[in-house]
Amino acid sequence: MWKFLHKLASPPHFYDLSAKIIPWFVVPGTILIVYGTIAGLFYAPPDYQQGDAFRIIYVHVPAAYLSMLAYTVMAVSAGIGLIWRIKLSHAVAAAAAPLGAWFTFLALITGSIWGRPMWGTWWEWGDPRLTSELIMLFLYFGYMALRAAIDDTTKADKASAVLALVGAVNIPIIHFSVEWWSSLHQGATIVRADGPAMPAEMLLPLLAMILGFSFIFGALLLGRVRSEVLFRERRSRWVKNLVLSSGEQG
Amino acid sequence: MTSSEDTMPGLWQGFMAVIRRDLLLAWKRPGDILNPLFFFAMVCTLFPLAVGPSSEQLSISGPGIVWVAALLATLLSLNSLFLSDFEDGSLDQLILSPQPLPLLALGKTVAHWLSAGLPLVLVSPLVAVTFQMPGRTVGVMMLTLTFGTISLSLLGSIGAALTVGLHRGTALLSLLILPLAMPVLIFGARTVALAAANDAVSAGIYFLSAYCILALALAPFATAAALKISNE
Amino acid sequence: MEALAMGGYGAYVWSSFGLTLIVVIICVVQVKRRHQQVFSDIKTRLRAMETDQ
Repeated sequence: MWKFLHKLASPPHFYDLSAKIIPWFVVPGTILIVYGTIAGLFYAPPDYQQGDAFRIIYVHVPAAYLSMLAYTVMAVSAGIGLIWRIKLSHAVAAAAAPLGAWFTFLALITGSIWGRPMWGTWWEWGDPRLTSELIMLFLYFGYMALRAAIDDTTKADKASAVLALVGAVNIPIIHFSVEWWSSLHQGATIVRADGPAMPAEMLLPLLAMILGFSFIFGALLLGRVRSEVLFRERRSRWVKNLVLSSGEQG
Repeated sequence: MTSSEDTMPGLWQGFMAVIRRDLLLAWKRPGDILNPLFFFAMVCTLFPLAVGPSSEQLSISGPGIVWVAALLATLLSLNSLFLSDFEDGSLDQLILSPQPLPLLALGKTVAHWLSAGLPLVLVSPLVAVTFQMPGRTVGVMMLTLTFGTISLSLLGSIGAALTVGLHRGTALLSLLILPLAMPVLIFGARTVALAAANDAVSAGIYFLSAYCILALALAPFATAAALKISNE
Repeated sequence: MEALAMGGYGAYVWSSFGLTLIVVIICVVQVKRRHQQVFSDIKTRLRAMETDQ
């Protein structure tokens, strides 16, 4: 097992292995998403309270889930890279950030669109999830801005790792504090994203979407890490051999 | 071998030396202390100017405005926390000294709070008066601002250490710190607002003090790590 | 076309799904483009080095 992990951390092995893994993520992911979309849009029964508007859940919840998964991946791999000095780990953190930011943005937008017919407003400062998700978007921006501001890759890796870890400590605090704040506002409506116990016809497509999007996230992440690895190792022999011996793409 | 007296050469002395040095430097440059204070006062006047002098509106939004102004003023003063040391090589000395770096980083943070946060807390009643804040509320405001500015100094030292010497460091520092500072802002402003409405404030104060203690325990280590990284 | 109407909420539901699709496509395109970019940059640099020798 250790030998496998050790080998995996070596960039050229990772580069080759990931190319083979990606299809195994893309295919199941796509199938799950197609099923989830069709079932969620057309076959799940409408919610008795929200009618057909609830169907936004099938994209909103996966997006929100992924935004947090991406941050976890980012913080954990940054921490591993910082403590055990594994360059590949830093590459994973760097790759996860923009993906996480996109999904956070998507979660916010779909949440806002959902809120319009439900709450009558595009934004609700009283809702803890909206606010803490917005703050998480800022954390992503801060991470990417710090990386961009430091020229030396190793230094950027370490500095942004510290930032990612500090932010990780704060995320539960932020969510908790905003939830508290919201409950101090008497009369704020707290929308539960997945409602009371869902019947299977509603739940299954949701699970499929969450799982499917996770696979797609994995594929996207691996793809980005490959580019990162290629760039970071651009001066090494294995990259030179790879580039010179191939056609247009890698 | 070393005797038990020598094992940690002057932990306390090292800590106090850092604080003393920074306070002395700040004293010699009064602008470093006064500018953020004036900024704080000015931001507090900007809001009434912009949104109109309706006293009802002001007394409602007063706590929030004071808190935002305090946050912005603190951010302003954080940029130079490590900058001069970085530029003249004192940072190298700090990193190389026998005392543990987190302790020295904490020393610098304490000095920063004494020269930036504490004056802010002391000046705040003057500003609060313009927002028609009743007496009890002012007391709560000062208490929350105390915990809040300490937390901000601690969080800010992490950001300052990460961005020291970077091009456009100030803007980046603010971007990094603001999301982390939001729980402090939320609880600080909300607790003062509750005080103004004669509601219970103990919960908010507990949270602020807990956050402050957490920051006190963890931030110096993050700051020390960031300093070593930035100084390479 | 009852499906499109989505009980009156059609605009909201379809725009959400549409946006999601767009974001995913953007991500895929970004990843692919970046890979191609890095690859061709390295290739160019290597070719330049070769001709220098």
